[in-house]
Amino acid sequence: MTSALQVTILVLVAGGATAVVLTRDPVRQVVSVSIYGLLLAVLFMAFQAPDVTLSELTVGAVALPLLLLLTLAKVRKQEE
Amino acid sequence: MTQSQRRWIFLVAGGGFLAFYLWGLIGLPGFGHYPGPYGDIINAIAVPQTHATGVVSAVNFEYRAFDTLGEEFILFIAATGVATVLRHLRQERDTSAVDEARNREVPATSDAVAMVTLAFIGPTVVVGWYLASHAQTSPSGGFQGGIVLATAFVLVYLAGQFIVFKRLSPVALTDAIEAIGAGSFAAVGIAALASGAAYLTNILPLGSTPGAVNSAGTIALISFFVGIEVCAAFILIIGELLEQTLIVREGDR
Repeated sequence: MTSALQVTILVLVAGGATAVVLTRDPVRQVVSVSIYGLLLAVLFMAFQAPDVTLSELTVGAVALPLLLLLTLAKVRKQEE
Repeated sequence: MTQSQRRWIFLVAGGGFLAFYLWGLIGLPGFGHYPGPYGDIINAIAVPQTHATGVVSAVNFEYRAFDTLGEEFILFIAATGVATVLRHLRQERDTSAVDEARNREVPATSDAVAMVTLAFIGPTVVVGWYLASHAQTSPSGGFQGGIVLATAFVLVYLAGQFIVFKRLSPVALTDAIEAIGAGSFAAVGIAALASGAAYLTNILPLGSTPGAVNSAGTIALISFFVGIEVCAAFILIIGELLEQTLIVREGDR
């Protein structure tokens, strides 16, 4: 059985994923992928997987955007 | 190959993939209807056998601790690789930690950002420490706790203090802590060997109350060591990448 909460978050995740793909500017994309990570974390919580929620929070919402931002900073500096 | 030929190849391949994918989806068991025996067995025996109420941690750090050891060393090697690839080369020189763009003013870290990040550092350390040390009781573990702890150091940087970030986490120290964390995990396994049991057997007393912080024997210990290793590895990687943004190669200008 899927509850209303689960259906809502599934729709939000689908929308978030589309938003990440449609964002063209890399810096903005990092922000949207971070928010997408938060949405995924809520999704895992709604499907009763708190351990996965914590992993997704740390990796998807913190670690990945941070590494991407630092890489972008380095690349931009070389381009200047 | 012309544009239309490409489109046809894509359409045929995509259509075939979609058909097989949907066919596969139809054959899957429904959500929540798990057919295998493993999950049910673990649910039945994990708490009495390990005294860990965080059953996911019991699986990670006890039943499949050897796999987790492998994953631990993947991260260890990844951090080592980043440190090696991004090491200082002869033709590189450091620039100071300032904005070098000539055509704009250097934006100072706003008071609001500094205040919020500084206010978050304390709670972040507490949450990270809690996660790393309570794997045996509740959904948490060394991996998540380690990253959250490392985030506290990143917050120091976000507050505008690159110098403080480097002073808090000198590479030699984070390197050593990372190695100690990873090595201690392996040492817990070797201690089990020395006592005559199989590698990574839970040889410590389990404690009388399942779910207590001081229960579950080596599960709590391994999770703690993983937390230390992950925290140090992540700080090391972030530090190396931060430094990269400050390094200028001779050929660049």
